[in-house]
Amino acid sequence: MPTQIAPPKQAGADRKELDQVVIRFAGDSGDGMQLTGERFTSATAFFGNDLATQPDFPAEIRAPAGTIPGVSAFQIQFSDHDILTPGDDPSVLVAMNPAALKAHLRELLVGGLLIVNSDAFDKRNLDKVGYDANPLEDDSLKSYQVYDIPMTSMTLEAVKGVGLGKKDAGRCKNMFALGVISWMYGRPLEPTIDWLEKKFTSKPQLAEANVKALKTGHAFGETAELTAFEVKPATIAPGIYRRITGNQAIAYGLLAASVQSKLPLFLGSYPITPASDILHELSRHKNFGVRTIQAEDEIAAAGMALGAAFSGHLGVTTTSGPGLDLKSETLGLAIALELPMIVVDIQRGGPSTGLPTKTEQSDLLHAMYGRHGEAPLPIVASYSPASCFWAAVEAARLAIKYMTPVILLSDGYIANGAEPWRITALGKLPDISRDFTTHPNMGEDFWPYLRDDITLSRPWAIPGTPGLEHRIGGLEKADGTGNIDYEPENHQYMSELRAAKIKAIEEDIDPLEWRGDEDASVLILGWGGTYGAIGAACRSLRQSGKKIAHAHIRHLSPFPKNTEEVLRRFDKVIVPELNMGQLSKLIRAEFLIDAQSITKMQGQPFRSNELEQMILERM
Amino acid sequence: MTDPIAEAAQGRGVTEASGGVGTLTRKDFESDQEIRWCPGCGDYAVLSAVQNVMPELGIPREKIVFVSGIGCSSRFPYYMNTYGLHGIHGRAAAIATGIATARPDLQVWVVTGDGDGLSIGGNHLIHALRRNVNLKILLFNNQIYGLTKGQYSPTSEEGKVTKSTPFGSLERPFNPVSIALGAEATFVARTIDVERKHLPQILRAAAAHRGSAFIEIYQNCNIFNDGAFIALTGKERSQNRIYIEHGQPIRFGPNNEHGVVATSAGQLEIVDVAEVGEDKLLVHDAHRADPGLAFSLSRLADGPISPTPLGIFRQVDAPAYGDGMESQLRAAAERQGPGNLEKLLMSGDTWTVE
Repeated sequence: MPTQIAPPKQAGADRKELDQVVIRFAGDSGDGMQLTGERFTSATAFFGNDLATQPDFPAEIRAPAGTIPGVSAFQIQFSDHDILTPGDDPSVLVAMNPAALKAHLRELLVGGLLIVNSDAFDKRNLDKVGYDANPLEDDSLKSYQVYDIPMTSMTLEAVKGVGLGKKDAGRCKNMFALGVISWMYGRPLEPTIDWLEKKFTSKPQLAEANVKALKTGHAFGETAELTAFEVKPATIAPGIYRRITGNQAIAYGLLAASVQSKLPLFLGSYPITPASDILHELSRHKNFGVRTIQAEDEIAAAGMALGAAFSGHLGVTTTSGPGLDLKSETLGLAIALELPMIVVDIQRGGPSTGLPTKTEQSDLLHAMYGRHGEAPLPIVASYSPASCFWAAVEAARLAIKYMTPVILLSDGYIANGAEPWRITALGKLPDISRDFTTHPNMGEDFWPYLRDDITLSRPWAIPGTPGLEHRIGGLEKADGTGNIDYEPENHQYMSELRAAKIKAIEEDIDPLEWRGDEDASVLILGWGGTYGAIGAACRSLRQSGKKIAHAHIRHLSPFPKNTEEVLRRFDKVIVPELNMGQLSKLIRAEFLIDAQSITKMQGQPFRSNELEQMILERM
Repeated sequence: MTDPIAEAAQGRGVTEASGGVGTLTRKDFESDQEIRWCPGCGDYAVLSAVQNVMPELGIPREKIVFVSGIGCSSRFPYYMNTYGLHGIHGRAAAIATGIATARPDLQVWVVTGDGDGLSIGGNHLIHALRRNVNLKILLFNNQIYGLTKGQYSPTSEEGKVTKSTPFGSLERPFNPVSIALGAEATFVARTIDVERKHLPQILRAAAAHRGSAFIEIYQNCNIFNDGAFIALTGKERSQNRIYIEHGQPIRFGPNNEHGVVATSAGQLEIVDVAEVGEDKLLVHDAHRADPGLAFSLSRLADGPISPTPLGIFRQVDAPAYGDGMESQLRAAAERQGPGNLEKLLMSGDTWTVE
């Protein structure tokens, strides 16, 4: 239910005003840092700041406790103005153990606030990560403002009366930390208390202990007179908001596409990081008539989706890079069959298993060309967590209208990142339905490849329709009848026709927009998850007087019709990407424009400040 | 979307089934496509048997889908005047799983071969059987790769000399029936392309089975592996065909002089009936829940070169995968009400900015 909670009264606290803060929560995988971050985020959203978040968790499910590979982190940027990214380097680091400190300290801004659980800094934990001396006791942290708080012991003391075992009691220390931070930044506790009570309805002891830990942390902050800050609510467009991750938005977008196309949704998927959450989410919504199958492998998942599409469903398969490799042949078949199908690729670092939990944009050329034969298909790219909703609906619209498989490219950064999403801004969703063909289209006969003059799309007659029985397959076929045809001229004709069908989609997609100075001579051209970082870098450059513009491509195949016209407005086109220069290659090949490439291959998104620097060097 | 389940079951925009199901004939199931198998290929006999049986099933043509992978047998869908999909190598079972799960109202047939179904597509085959997807799977076993012109297949006998094994194959062959039983398929049978009575009987039984029905059809490739099944189709055939029938003692031979008994070690053995006595013979029970005995039966012959069981090894009732999915959808809609997009988007923590 929509709720409005007023900022809490902070009697007596002399709060220092800030316009924006970046906090990173870091701890052992078992310390509950993701949950802590998410609760802080909810409270921040209730409070009315603009915000963006990013988790950073290890690839190992349970790396040995206290080690660096086992560190899990969550970052939030919140502000009194609109922001585009979860922030670069944090100004506040919460480190629950020495491993978390060691892993993340180098990114904490000099002079930043460091809040540590001093109880975890014992010899054993220090040894595990190679600290010879306790950094809390020497002067190695003197460039930071350090609050070392014995969080574990204070938590144990606080929940003593509840009757939990020591292990369970100690687990509540993340709520203590949340209490401390909540006090420092004036976040309300009520949303978290409500949430805890709901979550632990059946375990009232755990609810009580966690609430106690939270309140004790909050009280400690006040009593110990830790520095208190205030980040005023941002001016945000009115409406109803929720927080959404990219993967959740894709799942909701696919459900919306199912409703708006009047087609039952069918998902064939094989578990793979970082795409599995879409399978999890859609599996929960069976009341929408969603059929989900966890297939035996990536190939089967794609095959099932295609079979469902043949049967008149909205066939979808979700995956990440290695899975896209395996789906290539099925995509080729879908192109030959001319059936609608959506392949969602949540890109991650490659090649091979690569960096399963880290982000990259290196599947663009694969999506574009990764099939044998001439096999063009449309590619749609989301560019922020909330935009994944749009991307899913758009992918479905194109697939259905043009009877073609579509690849939706997202990435690990967008998939797990979250931002506030103004639900009420969605407005009316487009009607993306089409009628199945129910009657013969050639005299008494049905020709499965008799095309629409404008879309070049073939009819969709599904099994169960009397009189339209027909056979389709992967062999080259004659247009119209669909009969097998190996004639040389026919293959030339069909190849050109399949290409023309995809190319014609440029008439039916939004033109490429650009933002920035009218008289700018430099265009920053991006696609996908770099949107926020490029936007923030450009904003900062313009604030410092540079003339610059930003365009972000959402349709990578075909490109929007005005792409060349936009690019040619500028003397210089710079393309930042988390790959080795894939879009810049396409731009050069397609338009003979000397696009300059900025690349990063670290499994991490661009920081807006590093990107700003890289752009400056090329201007 | 008002009632997605009903819509899916109906097929949106689909009018009532074509009238006169009972009046369909074999001709109605023949497509206008020219058949391109080699003259003398066993595939013709199977196609003919399927086209003969179809009108008897009482299912309108538009409700039938044939799906195939790649290989000689996979051309099958083009010749059936039903809905058809000629897919990619090995993936027919996966594609068909999508069709059958999306649309439990359809009868979906998969046509595959020993290479398509047991080599490149082995994974999909066993998982379709494990899930008990409502599919009728015809595996044409000719023990050779035909379309690629004569390489050994996963069912070729050890030592087989082919273009890719000039010194003889080093591999042990799969027994397709054993594999299907190992995957606990709920209907498993074996027959032969030239069996003009037995083949249609098995097809009928498979069509009537709800869930996965797996039929291995010994099919002669007269170009690359002629005579592979000669022990079962030639002069010696009455020596080597063991017809198994549910509820009947298992015996065979020109004068029914041989039989099958279970030894105390739990294995099956071929015996002379005169020696052991009729009442010692194993009575075939295709409905046994445990597939173990049927599996032993499938191991009776090393290959189709000695007495080989033909017929239905196993036929048990179990929920079909697509049906289970339908009930989950129905239960969810009853419990939560039909999906409401606005409600979903507004679910979870929301906040209002005024």
